[in-house]
Amino acid sequence: MAVIDLANPTRFLNLVNRVLPWLAAATAILFAVGLYRAMGAPDDYQQGATVKIMFLHVPAAWLGMLGWSVMSVAALGTLVWRHPLADVAGKAAAPIGAAFTFICLVTGSLWGRPTWGTYWVWDARLTSVLVLFLLYLGVLALYWTAEDPGRGSRAAAVLTLVGAVNLPIIKFSVDWWNTLHQPASILRMGGSAIDPSILTPLLIMAAAFTLLFFTLHLAAMRNEILRRRVRAMRMTQAQEARA
Amino acid sequence: MNLGPHADFIVAAYALTAFVVAAMVAWVVLDHSAQRRMLGDLEERGVTRRSQRRGS
Repeated sequence: MAVIDLANPTRFLNLVNRVLPWLAAATAILFAVGLYRAMGAPDDYQQGATVKIMFLHVPAAWLGMLGWSVMSVAALGTLVWRHPLADVAGKAAAPIGAAFTFICLVTGSLWGRPTWGTYWVWDARLTSVLVLFLLYLGVLALYWTAEDPGRGSRAAAVLTLVGAVNLPIIKFSVDWWNTLHQPASILRMGGSAIDPSILTPLLIMAAAFTLLFFTLHLAAMRNEILRRRVRAMRMTQAQEARA
Repeated sequence: MNLGPHADFIVAAYALTAFVVAAMVAWVVLDHSAQRRMLGDLEERGVTRRSQRRGS
């Protein structure tokens, strides 16, 4: 099957139905391995056992940003090529990305209290991630409340592309400004600053969360395609009843 | 496993994450069965999509 064939919603649904059980199984296995390795990881010499929150917080932060990246590519597909599957992809990714950003904010707060002595501080990293979460809520409001779904989708796509400016701000906020948040310690020039005994479980957990994201995204896309079919059939039914 | 003096924070972080992930999984599963049920109802009543009619 050529990649272009997946642009057809029916063929896409057939592929999702075949792939989804395998993706879900792989996600569960990776989570089992990741959690086992995370629980066995040594305590940090400064933070003690609270470093275990990192195995949730860091992948959630990455996926909050990945979700918006997926939505940005989908927004281009919606606005430039007006492809319905692009709109489906963007709409399906929004609540999932918002949930991961919410996990990032709350676990970060729970990690900050014992480490920094405060749940929250208005520094550049924390504030820019909060802005990302608010942008997610804005996009969801546009998708869920627009009377005309087409107009709502286009407005959400525009907001998504505008909000993409926030992604490099989040990534480089710890370099551009003085923040309480630590600087980049994994994706940085010169390699990771984390010991392999902690880095390995972190990467396994990140892989598990990433698979979870794509599993949920494909499942949500399938639901959205079915929802649009139901809507189209109801409109046909209403037109026939009127005729 | 000893989680030290800040065990409450660690347990709260894992519990909240488990709850949000479970909620997302429940959302896609329940939504899928709801959409399938509505599609089934419409098809039972003989309602078809225009693309299906063109194909038949």
